[in-house]
Amino acid sequence: MSTAAHVLLALLAAGPQHGYDLKKAHDQRFPKTRPIAFGQVYGTLGRLERDGLVEKRGQSREGGPDRTEFALTDAGREKLRAWLEEIETPAPYVTSTLLAKVVVALLVNGVEQARGYLAEQRRAHTARLRELTAVKTDPESSLGDVIAADFAIAHLDADLRWLHTTLDRVADLHREVHP
Amino acid sequence: MTLLQARGIVKSYGPTPALRGVTVELAEGEILAVTGPSGCGKSTLLHCLSGILRPDAGEVLYGGQRLGTRSEADRSRLRRTDFGVLFQFGQLVAELTAAENVALPLLLAGKGRREARTAALNWLERLEVADVADSRPGEMSGGQQQRCAAARALVTEPKVLFADEPTGALDALAGERLLGHLTRVAQEQRTSVVLVTHEASVAAYADREITLRDGASDPTGLGAYVPAGGRP
Repeated sequence: MSTAAHVLLALLAAGPQHGYDLKKAHDQRFPKTRPIAFGQVYGTLGRLERDGLVEKRGQSREGGPDRTEFALTDAGREKLRAWLEEIETPAPYVTSTLLAKVVVALLVNGVEQARGYLAEQRRAHTARLRELTAVKTDPESSLGDVIAADFAIAHLDADLRWLHTTLDRVADLHREVHP
Repeated sequence: MTLLQARGIVKSYGPTPALRGVTVELAEGEILAVTGPSGCGKSTLLHCLSGILRPDAGEVLYGGQRLGTRSEADRSRLRRTDFGVLFQFGQLVAELTAAENVALPLLLAGKGRREARTAALNWLERLEVADVADSRPGEMSGGQQQRCAAARALVTEPKVLFADEPTGALDALAGERLLGHLTRVAQEQRTSVVLVTHEASVAAYADREITLRDGASDPTGLGAYVPAGGRP
């Protein structure tokens, strides 16, 4: 299942919503990523409904077209929880999924519970960082190995810095709201 | 085998607590990274472990013996013979050449000039800075200076090397070279290393890592965030 599908599930975790509102909520949460298309929202919702992860909740026609509300099912909630618990394989290109997960973890669980996920993710990242560093210090490694390790290390290091900054930032916001 | 051990270390500077009960162990030949944000107590822990600072509470054991019960003279001798220290920068004596700088700890320990110089040249060679043996610090690059400082910290063949942000003033490649040398020496000599750093990519050279937060060890490794209701 795609990252976008999981993000839609996460947005529905707050309560039932129409497709249109889901699109708006998605684009607000991920302002620097490509906006999600209406077609993708409805297509994804259709597949999620088929799989029993969301269900239709009644319609409203306030002077406009049909607006069907979707709600998360128990199976959908379980699916979302399982996705959040699954640690991303640390690799140079996980960044956007990692971003989505951290935003979703904060959204669904709040900062204190999200810390558990973030701590596990950090552990996976640092373990990978150590493996790659061992490649660099191994006299048998070729220049190509070392350069590839540098590339991956730089990305992992950037992820880690960002993870810490995010936590600090959220903590600052939290302190402003609950001094 | 555990070489160095700290149990429940507490240390304050006036009313400000720097360490609030830290327990840590270092095995022979092990490289331990101590990480955490600035002000978390990393350097204070290093100073307590190396016997430079006396903890307010808790104890440090070296080879099973308490550091606290040793006399000041005895601890200072231990620092000369068994411990080596490497800081971020500025450790070399500007008026002396690289070889003279590296020979210094041996001369202070009463070794002969010839023996000290031979050992110094040998260590400069191992750290790949033999070519600047007769240069003064001002004539060397930052990376060369730091490798000379490492040679000086290692020339007495210490059991434990304490390195406080050793790559903090170096560019990425110079830092990598220094860390490569330190890990190799640790393996070859069975030297244990306490590596204080705030950088994940530097800590990755270590066998193991502990993270400090507000003077206590933080098992999540996440650092600065304090949960609601915690200390601000």
